[in-house]
Parts: sequence; structure tokens; C-alpha cells
Amino acid sequence: MTVLKIPEKKREVKNFKIDLLTKKDHKGALIPLLQSAQDSYGYIPEKAIYYISEIVKIPAARIYGVITFYSQFRLKPLGKNVIRICEGTACYVNGSKSVLEVLQDELGIGLDETTDDGLFSLQSVACLGCCSLAPVMMINDETYGNLTSKKIKKAIKEYSFAK
Amino acid sequence: MKEIKVGLGTCGISAGGKMVYNEFKDKLSQNNLDIEVKQTGCMGMCYNEVLVEVVDNGDSYLYSKVSSDNVEKIVNEHIIGNHPVDEWIATSRKNIEKDPFFKKQKRIVLQNCGIIDPGSIDDYILYDGYKAIKKALQKYSQLEVIDIVCNSGIRGRGGGGFPTGVKWKFSYEAPGDSKYIICNADEGDPGAFMDRSILEGNPHSVLEGMMIAGYAIGAQEAYIYIRAEYPLALKRLKTAIGDCEKKGYLGENIFGSNVSFTIKIKEGAGAFVCGEETALIASIEGKRGVPRLRPPFPAHKGLWQNPTNINNVETFANISWIILNGADKFASMGTEKSKGTKVFALAGKIARSGLAEVPMGMTINEIVYDIGGGIKDGKKFKAVQIGGPSGGCIPASMGDMKIDYEEVTKTGAIMGSGGLIVLDNTTCMVDLAKYFLNFTQNESCGKCTFCRIGTKRMLEILERITLGKGRENDIELLEDLAEKIKNSSLCGLGQTAPNPVLTTIKYFRDEYEAHIIEKRCPAHSCAALLTYTINENCTGCTLCAKKCPVNAISGEVKEIHEIDQDACIKCGLCFNACKVGAIDKL
Repeated sequence: MTVLKIPEKKREVKNFKIDLLTKKDHKGALIPLLQSAQDSYGYIPEKAIYYISEIVKIPAARIYGVITFYSQFRLKPLGKNVIRICEGTACYVNGSKSVLEVLQDELGIGLDETTDDGLFSLQSVACLGCCSLAPVMMINDETYGNLTSKKIKKAIKEYSFAK
Repeated sequence: MKEIKVGLGTCGISAGGKMVYNEFKDKLSQNNLDIEVKQTGCMGMCYNEVLVEVVDNGDSYLYSKVSSDNVEKIVNEHIIGNHPVDEWIATSRKNIEKDPFFKKQKRIVLQNCGIIDPGSIDDYILYDGYKAIKKALQKYSQLEVIDIVCNSGIRGRGGGGFPTGVKWKFSYEAPGDSKYIICNADEGDPGAFMDRSILEGNPHSVLEGMMIAGYAIGAQEAYIYIRAEYPLALKRLKTAIGDCEKKGYLGENIFGSNVSFTIKIKEGAGAFVCGEETALIASIEGKRGVPRLRPPFPAHKGLWQNPTNINNVETFANISWIILNGADKFASMGTEKSKGTKVFALAGKIARSGLAEVPMGMTINEIVYDIGGGIKDGKKFKAVQIGGPSGGCIPASMGDMKIDYEEVTKTGAIMGSGGLIVLDNTTCMVDLAKYFLNFTQNESCGKCTFCRIGTKRMLEILERITLGKGRENDIELLEDLAEKIKNSSLCGLGQTAPNPVLTTIKYFRDEYEAHIIEKRCPAHSCAALLTYTINENCTGCTLCAKKCPVNAISGEVKEIHEIDQDACIKCGLCFNACKVGAIDKL
């Protein structure tokens, strides 16, 4: 087990670990490493890319290519709470468009943006798989179903007060 | 002896299941009752969440739509007083055969989902868990296992429908010392959630299927590639794998044989195309998830150039049942070329949405009406969308069609992973086709020109049609582009991306024409093509005028109001606000 440390100003420094024991794992370690970096910092800082590049012996440019290919990875920090709106079919036919409108009105931001106070980021996700509760959104790890504009506003209020 | 089970799949938790679970624990301990409160996965009755099952001397009662406020009454009257609260009970295990939702189902994959505690390996063992792998190791040679799977007739449940046994045989015969098993749990189709429910409700059944596959083809290592959007499934899988390792079910010499087998988890990073097997392999290898040309097939050159067998979650979940019950019993279900059962994720405008496992060959009408209870809010059944973005729409007029791989393919859709979205007459088919194309266009990896640019052009055409700016030959242009994209794309994503457009043109051409020629949306869904007017029902309450964000509504109090069509932005707020039905949407 190798423990990696990435020094980073201001933000809390956490160690992220990855099993690099076998050569085979080493070969496929890039994505798990990027995921751990993102878990630690909330995004993938530039420094982390260079650091990981040294470990896995893959050029930083190629790592950048991998990062931008997958929608999970971010190169910019996110807000404290991440709202993910489900864009699945069931949600779509049950009115996810208006869910997005309500959220945009409430937060004053569009998709893939973060509020000025850094409290909320708004994202969309292909399908959360809770189709029977459509329309659905997720705030952090919590799923909210059968959404109405009232429910959305209530949920956002809860998080706003829980600063 | 009583026992309480609370359905805690993602759907149950979102509906408030955790609060109900905690409330039961509190109430039971307040009353000093030593009764176990168990968590289970999804029973499939998603429309009834939160589901609570009270096991009571041999029978058990299913309480539907339980909230934490109901708990006290259930505890007082049923648990303590021995009088089940009838008005809240959906059905009981004894009567489950009579329940309309379950009556026509045949549960193999889902047989223990919602019954066992997915976090407990002992619970799984209690329900015949890990008997099939023991049987395979002790009784059958590798080839015999493959023969059983071949004879069962099971085909890939991830969408492709390739015979599973044949696939195993290829990997078995492929030369190479290290072989791999991969479980594809990258369930990316919007509208599909059966793999999630299986992983959340019975993760061990998938692991056991993988072990049997590993033994059969001679693989010692396996990966589960799972979507990062499924945190609960991931958590339960991790627990399950950990428990197996502790018991020695995974590792060296499993179950006292000379077979070694390990399973690792790889989390996806959010790319739909990674559901395609070669892209998935590239992603496990840490690369961009871009598909490559086949052959060589993964069975010969897969993960790190080694022979690799990839199956979907639901396929693996069928395997132990087949080994325990025999190939013939499995093959006795279904149609001539599609054997066994299929789990469908019923959602959309349907009264009873949830998971339904039915024998192959059941008709669309049986699924929608008998199991699903028909359309929500008494609206008209228009079509089902099957197979997600690779599939298509089958109109209600073809409701007698039997669902199996061949029949679905004939319509221009595909079986896909099993998402079944039911649509009513308020869904615009052009808009729906646009929705799917927007999805595939976003998710195209960009390798093939036709998929990358062609889908973009198709999307632009659909956009202008829904905005009322469609041109005369747009339908032909769409068909032309669609065919070229299908023929010139490397992987399944591009080859099937035009299906939603083609099937909607095939069965709902009149809707396209209404948009293009008459500038009208028959489903009253495309905002740009709507006209809001006020009829004689208007009481002059001024509510609509107050709601209008652009002050397009004028009129005196208690007199009929009027909408200025030039100023109207068609937001629909007046329509939603009016309490007397005085606003027409045309």
C-alpha cells in the first residue's frame, strides 16, 4: 500500500491511498487515483495531475484527456452542496424540465454552475435509477423523489439553513 | 415469532425508508420488544414505497406507503395486539399470487430481492445461497457447466442478446493462462434500474454467478464495473465481497476446491459509452472509454489483451438458479428463441411503476395493464419506449405483441437492458426522439465521424421541428442521416442511436408532419407550438393576469380576460393557475 500526499494550500490535506502493489493494478490505477484525488479535494487540482503522472508514468496531457472524457471529473472546485437533477426518460416525461427551471430560479444559476456563496452547485445526471419516483433529484447523497416546486424549495431551504 | 423487514433500496430510502426503519427500532425498544428489524432490498413494488413486511407466524403482511407516523399504530395493534392493520396492508405472502402486480410475474432473478437482508451473507446462505457454486465445483466439469448454460438458452440480458453459454465457450477455448470475468454494472440507459435493484437487493446472487462463470472458463480474477451514480449498490457490493473473503468463498481454493477466484470493484467515472464492452475494458485499463473495432473479440483479446468474458448483472444473477434447477426448467419458460424471464423496469405514466420479472413472450398489454395497472390519471395509453436510447417506441396499437428479442427487433427497437417507459397522450413523440438524441449526441465518444457529427445534425433538425421551423423534406433528411450513422459507426452506441427517431417516424409520422406542415404539436407539449386562449368559462378572477410574467393578459375584474398572443411567451403559468378551466391549450 502506497500512501500519497499532495500538499495543497488552505484546503485540508488528506492522504489518498491506492493499492499499487501489483503491476497489473498499477496499469489500471489511473482512474481510481483520479477518483481519490477528487474525493480528497472535491476536484482535481493541477498539482495532483502532475503528481499522479509521476506515479503511473503517464504523461500529464494524456491524463488530462482521461479527465475530460469522463463526466465525473472536475477541474474546478464544487459548491458545498451538489444538486444533481435526473435527466432520465421517466423524469423527462414526468416534468424534469420544470424541476430544472425551479432550481435555476431559486438558485440563480444554470447547469454546471456554482452559486456565489459557494453553497450550491447544479448538475445534471443521465439517470439516477429511481424512475418510479420521477421526477427525481439528488442533493449530495440524498435522493428526493416525486418533486414538486414546493418540495424543491423546501429541500433547498433546509440546506441553506444548515450552513 | 415476529420479524419486521423494511425495504431499503434507493427507492425505499428516497421515499423515507430510513426514518421508518429507525422509528420501528425506537418503538420496539420503548416497548421492550425483542423483535428484529431487518433491512431488505427492493421488492419491486416501487409505487408502494415505503414497504414494510411484518413476518408473523408463517405468514407475512406487506404494509404499503408506510410513513413514520404509521409506525406506532402498526407496533401497537399488530406487533403487540396481534391484529394486523388491514386498511394499510397491500397484500400478504400467502395471497401474493392473487395480487395483480405479482400474479403474472415469474421471479427467478428477483426471487429473494426484498426478502433477504442484502447486507448479510448468512441470510443469503439460508436461502440456498452458494449452493450452486458448490454443486458446480463438486459435480460438474468446466465444460459441463458451459453446456448447462448453453442448453438453458439464456441470452445476454444487457441488451445484445448474445447466447451466454456460447460466449463462455469462446473464452474457455481461447488460449491464455490469465483469463478475466467482468460484470457489466454500468447501467447507463435512462429509465433502467433493474441492475441497481438486483445489486442493492441481492448482491451475493451476482457474485455467485460470477464465481460459476470464473470456474467454467478458467478465470481467476474478476472485475465488477459499476456506475459511480449507484452509491448504495456499491456499498452493498463491497460488504458482500468482504464477507465472501472472510468466509473463504473468494480467494485461494474456494469451497475447498483447487480453484482460486477474486473479485474487484472498478467504479465508473460517468460515461455512457463505457457500457459497450470494449470501451468498458479500456476504462478498466485506465484509459478514455473509447470502443475499438471487433474482432478480436474480448473473448480472445480483452482486458490487458487476455481472454475476457463480459456479462451483465442480470445475466449473472440468473446463473445460480439455472445450475440449481437445471437447464430444462429454465428453457421451459419463454419463447422459442428467448428463454427464461426478463426483468423490466416499469416507469413513466403508469399507475404501478416498479420492477416486474416476467417470462419472455408476455405481451405489452399484459405488462402495462395487468401488472402495471394501466395509465396514470386515466389518460390514454399511447406507446411504450423500450430499450432506452438504443431502443424505440412501440405504439399502443401493437400492444398484443409478445416481447422477446426477435419480436422487439422486428419493430425497429431493441430489447435493451429492460427499461420500459410507458407514455400517454400528453407525450410528444418528436420531443421524445429529440430527448434521446440529445442524450446519445452528448454521450458519443467522438471516435466515429458519423456518430459524432451525424447525431448533432439530426438533433438540430429535431430541434427546429419542435420549434415550428421544420422544413418540408426534414423527415427524409432524418431518415437518410439515420441510415448513414447506423452503417458507419463502430459500436452499438452509434449503430443504435437513430433508433428512437426511426421508430417514432415509422409509427408516428403524422405527428412529425403536424409539427412540420401545420406547425402544431398534437400532444400539446412543444411549448413553441402552443397557443393559449381564454374561453367563456372565465370568471374574471384575475388570477391568470397576476401570474403572467410578461403582463400579456388583460381584462377587467369579473369580465372575460384576453391573452395578447404577440406578448405571450407560452410559459403555461396561466394554464396551471386557472381554477375554472378557462384557459385552452391548443
